[in-house]
This record gives sequence, C-alpha cells and structure tokens, in this order.
Amino acid sequence: MSLDETNDAAFHEGLIKEVLEQYPEKAAKKRGRHLNVKKTDDAGSSTCGVKSNIKSVPGVMTIRGCAYAGSKGVVWGPIKDMVHISHGPVGCGQYSWSQRRNYFNGTVGIDSFVTMQITSDFQEKDIVFGGDKKLDKMIDELNEMFPLNKGISVQSECPIGLIGDDIEAVAKKKIKDIGKTVVPVRCEGFRGVSQSLGHHIANDAIRDWVFEKSKPEWETGPYDVNLIADYNIGGDAWPSRRLLEEMGLRVVGMWSGDATLAEMERAPKAKLNLIHCYRSMNYICRHMEEKYNIPWVEYNFFGPSQIAKSLRKIAAQFDETIQKKAEEVIAKYEPLVAEIMAKFKPRLEGKKVMLYVGGLRPRHVSNAYDDLGMNIVGTGYEFGHNDDYQRTTDYVKDGTLIYDDVSGYELEKFIEKIRPDLVGSGIKEKYATQKMGVPFRQMHSWDYSGPYHGYDGFAIFARDMDMAINSPIWSKFKAPWKAA
Amino acid sequence: MPRQIAFYGKGGIGKSTTSQNTLAALVEMDQKILIVGCDPKADSTRLILNTKLQDTVLHLAAKAGSVEDLELEDVMKIGYKGIKCTEAGGPEPGVGCAGRGVITAINFLEENGAYDDVDYVSYDVLGDVVCGGFAMPIRENKAQEIYIVMSGEMMALFAANNIAKGILKYAGTGGVRLGGLICNERQTDRELDLSESLAAKLNTQLIHFVPRDNGVQHAELRRQTVIQYAPDSKQAGEYRQLATKIHANGGKGTIPTPISMEELEDMLLEFGIMKSDEQQLAELAAKEKTLCAG
Repeated sequence: MSLDETNDAAFHEGLIKEVLEQYPEKAAKKRGRHLNVKKTDDAGSSTCGVKSNIKSVPGVMTIRGCAYAGSKGVVWGPIKDMVHISHGPVGCGQYSWSQRRNYFNGTVGIDSFVTMQITSDFQEKDIVFGGDKKLDKMIDELNEMFPLNKGISVQSECPIGLIGDDIEAVAKKKIKDIGKTVVPVRCEGFRGVSQSLGHHIANDAIRDWVFEKSKPEWETGPYDVNLIADYNIGGDAWPSRRLLEEMGLRVVGMWSGDATLAEMERAPKAKLNLIHCYRSMNYICRHMEEKYNIPWVEYNFFGPSQIAKSLRKIAAQFDETIQKKAEEVIAKYEPLVAEIMAKFKPRLEGKKVMLYVGGLRPRHVSNAYDDLGMNIVGTGYEFGHNDDYQRTTDYVKDGTLIYDDVSGYELEKFIEKIRPDLVGSGIKEKYATQKMGVPFRQMHSWDYSGPYHGYDGFAIFARDMDMAINSPIWSKFKAPWKAA
Repeated sequence: MPRQIAFYGKGGIGKSTTSQNTLAALVEMDQKILIVGCDPKADSTRLILNTKLQDTVLHLAAKAGSVEDLELEDVMKIGYKGIKCTEAGGPEPGVGCAGRGVITAINFLEENGAYDDVDYVSYDVLGDVVCGGFAMPIRENKAQEIYIVMSGEMMALFAANNIAKGILKYAGTGGVRLGGLICNERQTDRELDLSESLAAKLNTQLIHFVPRDNGVQHAELRRQTVIQYAPDSKQAGEYRQLATKIHANGGKGTIPTPISMEELEDMLLEFGIMKSDEQQLAELAAKEKTLCAG
C-alpha cells in the first residue's frame, strides 16, 4: 500500500469527539490536544497535529514509565559487562527485572550481568542517615564478588534525589579505589513526564562518565560504524549487525543491546553513527557529531522495503564498494522476501492494524505491515516528542488516527469502534484487547518471540502476525449469551 | 491520653532551655512528663538528664539494623524528678533525611507505649518547620498545643509567623492549636510591646515574657535547669509562672491567623526594627554628606 491511499479521517475525527465528550471540560481540553488525525495540506506539508511530551492528565490511566525506567531499563541495563545497581528501595529493581528481553552472549554472574537484579535495598536507616557509605561498601563487595565486571553504574531511584545523597562523590572515589568505570546516573523517577527524560539523562552520563575517561587502543578503519540504540530485544541487533557486515561495514560498537563498556568507550573513533531508536539515543549521536564530527544516519530495519531503503541510505555515506555490496545484499535476500510474501501476504492482506508503543515502533514498524498488505489505521507514542510525530508523517497515510500518551479508556474505545484485525501494544493492553475479541501482539517484547529486525526478523514478524490474526481461537469466540 | 505540647521557634532562640526549665517546673506540680527531642543534635534533654543523651532512637536503630529491633528501655532515660527523656537523633548535618528520622522515632515511641502513663508529652522541635518530618508533632493526634519561643529580633518574628502558617495548615484537619508565644528576652527595643502586638495579630496570647537572666547560663554550664541549680532564684520563679500558665492553658489554644510578609514588615517598621527605603536613603545621604565634608 502506498501513502497515496488514505484512512477514514472523518470517522476518526468523530471517534475523537466521542471519547472527549466523556471527560470533564478541563480534561477534555487537555486530552484533545493529544488526539488527531494525520493530514496533508494543499502545499503538501503533513502533520500529526498532536502535542506531546507533556505531563499526563491526572486520573486517566497512562501507560508511561519513569526516568529510572528510561535509564536503567532502556539505556544502561543492557550493557552486559557492567553491574547496574538499582540504588534505593528494592521495588524499582525487583518489579522491572528482566522485562525488556535484551539478549546477550555471555555467562551470567561471571562476565555478564544483564539478567541480575542488583539493588542497594534501602532501609529506613539509609533514608535517615544517607546511603553513600552503603553504596561505597556495596561497590567494593560487587567488585569482589564479580571480579570480571568492567564497571558499575548507579541508577538512582527517587529517594536518592530526595535525601540529597552525593553519588557523584562516591563514584569519583570508587573509580580510584577499584580502578574501574563507575557511573552515577541521576535518573530519579520523579524527574520529567515519562521515561523519555531518563533516556536523556542516561545519554548525558555516557558523555560525562564514559567518553574520554579511557584511551582505547584501537586501529580505526574506513568503514567503522556504531550501531546505536538497538537494544537487541529478542535478538534484534544480531540480524541487523549481520546486514551491515555483509555490506562491508565494520560494526565497532553496538549499543546497548549485547554491548560491552569497551564498545562505548571507543565509539568516538567510528566514521558514522547509525541510529535505530532515535528517541532514546539521538542525544549522544548529536553530541558525537558536535564533539567528534561523526555524522549520524537514522535507519529502519523493519520490513523489506524499509530495509532496502536504509541499506542504500547507509551505503550512500560510503564509497562505491559499499554501495555495490549493499545492492548485492538486497538482491541476496530477495528470494527470501518473495517466499515470505507468498506465504503470508495472502493471509494478511487488507487487515487493519492499530499500534500503541514506545520510542520508534509506532512509525518504524508500520511499513513492515504495509509490505504485507496490511493497513495501519491508528498509531501513537507513549513518550514521543514533536520530532517523533514529524517523522511519523512520512510513514502513515492521511486520515490515520494519532493518539499521544493515550489513556486506557481512549485506547479501549478506539479499539471497540474501529475493531481492527490486530492491535500491537504492551502487556497491560494485551488481555483487555483479546477479551474484546481482537487479536493482539505485544510490540515491546515481541510477545516473547523475535527478532523482528532485518530480513530474518521479517520472516518471524510475518509468521507471528499471521499466528495472532488467523488463530483458530477466534472462530470459537462467541459471547456466552449468544452461544445458545 | 496525655496532654501533648510542642515547642517550636527559630534556631538558637532558646527552645530547649525554655522547654526544659518549664518542664522541670511542671514536674514540681506532680505531673508525669515525657520529653521527645526532635532535633538531630539531640540536646533537648541535656539539662534534665544532667548529661547529653547518647542513645538516640535512630542511632540505636541504625546499629541494631532497624527500629523494630529496639526496646523502649533502650532509648528512654529517667532524669530530674522522674522526667522520662527520649531523643529522636538523626544524621550528621548535610546527609540523609532528618525529617524522616523524626517520623520514624515518634512512631516507634508511640507504638511501644512510651506515651502510656504520663500526663504530658512534650516535643522539642528544631528550628523552622522545614519539611513534613518536622511537622510531624503538629499533625493529627499529636501535639494539641504549640508554644512558639520567640524574641524581639526580626528573624525570630519571621520564624514565628512561619510556624503559625504550619499550624494553620494542620489545624483544619486535626486538633492542633497555637497555645501562645513565649518571649525569651533579647533586650531589643520595645520587645514586650512587639511580642504582644504579634501575638494579637496571630490571634494568640503572649503567654509569658521570660526576662534575660545570667543564672540560666550558670545553670546550663552545669548541665542543669535553673529550677534544679538555683530553685529559689527569681528566674526559677519565672519558669514556675510559665509552667503554671501552660498547665492552666489546656484546651484554650487558638487557630492562628498568620500575617502576610507586607503586614509583618509594616509592623517591624512601626516598631522601628526595620527601616523603610526612604529612611535608609536619608541616612545614607547624611552619611555621605559627613564623609564629603570631612
């Protein structure tokens, strides 16, 4: 399908009006700014027409996380050879334990620590007397217990900021004591309106506490690239990396999925930064551009049309050798793509999809659905900013329903009225949607499947969507009172 | 239920000295008293115990692991004429959260029966009401009457007004009332007038004007109250008067009416404590004139 086709703008505008009518006046006015349909004016300029990155309206159910989630959960957590301390009371670390499915190679507890929950477990006395001494001691103990760790990050939970602990001073001292990288991250959950600020704070911590703190011995090559902001969920980064290597590039850093500290340290020596999740790591790419003169390119490895487009876009940054190889790579996978299409497109064509996800997927995956002949009728971001919605206009058709920081009520109402053939969102939305008789796939965790990136990932993606939509269960789905 | 009172006021104004002397006088009136020191410095019971209390609730709790590991006997010491003394304690300056410490300590004392079998519980709270923790004694089911220790100095008056704001905040939901102002004389100009005037504006009374007396210093150097050190002195009589007044003041507290900054500044101008801009400019001009002439 192409962007020349449109979705039903009038119907979607009617829906927005309908849900807003249920709110008190003030809430309706606030929420109204976050709901719209994508439009293109006569001059050809498109807009999603929504406000974003604003505090959620109290009383609605929002799906957002916090700054700690953005830093520990997204950016820092996957760095495998560092120990990440959830600094504060036990809950934040415990209840976010291993939820992102960041795959990695390594041995847990020996040289990799991604799936371990490590917390300073604050008690009343730590609040009253401060936790700096405990943190100091804890870092010594961790270093003794896990001698192969390459460094330690301190992920602040709310109380750290409230009681004014000086974790920076502790970090400076421990860097000397243990001779390793120690990174204090001020990602207290009360900062900002969503997890988005946590990404930014985490990026700043890489800038301030990793870059230029060591002198990596590294022989640079002409095709050195960093693969930035792929978190290797269900193994996503691996097929992505393979594509880049097949086209002749040398991936010298892959962040932060399956990443090592060394890959971050040497990142400023690369020739180009390739960024997948723009929202969570554009900050560090911009920094590297300003400070080290490394350009950055956004790419998209969901679905064959975007993969081919991205490979060519990346190749265009290099010489003809790479460009030629990129074409070879695209050609090499054409039979696989054709096979996937032949198998799944007839089963999925014309199906309507609604998405509601996080950083990049509300737009990035939409063309993968398009490739399969499916149609995105509605999409929205949990914590997107204006520049995300701007980018979204390149991906979705006019008339597509756009919902920013959607509330539980709004999303449910939209699903009920639109009755899409598939909804892609998170665990909190999954069962409510399925109970409405609508097929669902988790699009944060890939519903415990994946990878979805690259050509290999596309095959799995197509299979999973087919499995959800065409499951025989839906033919058995009948309200009990209609069963008789 | 014991009667619960609390002493608040600007740091260094003499809260601990005033409260301990008053309570020493109150114990002479056969009242059973518990002191809850709510200051990390832990100096609210020093004159009653004739020594600084070392075993504060929070330090012992930190040592034992948690506050649940403590027994009441560990933290309660008996002082002058049977006054029960406890100190919340807290972190050294600049670290941690002393406010949370106050909350923890008060909850521990209450839950472990420290408030049983006494006539009075007296809280001595540090400085200003800087956060929720230090407002703990003002909250519901804690102190019924707050006594604000103040003087004729500008900052003490500001602090008194701020504390009144804190009391007002909780007066609506709980039973806390302002018992009155206690002026601890600093020998500033028209101090008595000023104190009475502020009391009127705050809808309360100046319950007692405690004159300045060196005997207090002499007693304090010996870690004693005046009541203990010089029971027949004039100053001991002043504290006995204050104790009698407080004892008779039960249930007579009021909901305070804190005033705006402008009103307070106007009052200070009226009493000549603060100078108006015009006054200041005029004085400056005069000074320049003399300098130039010289």
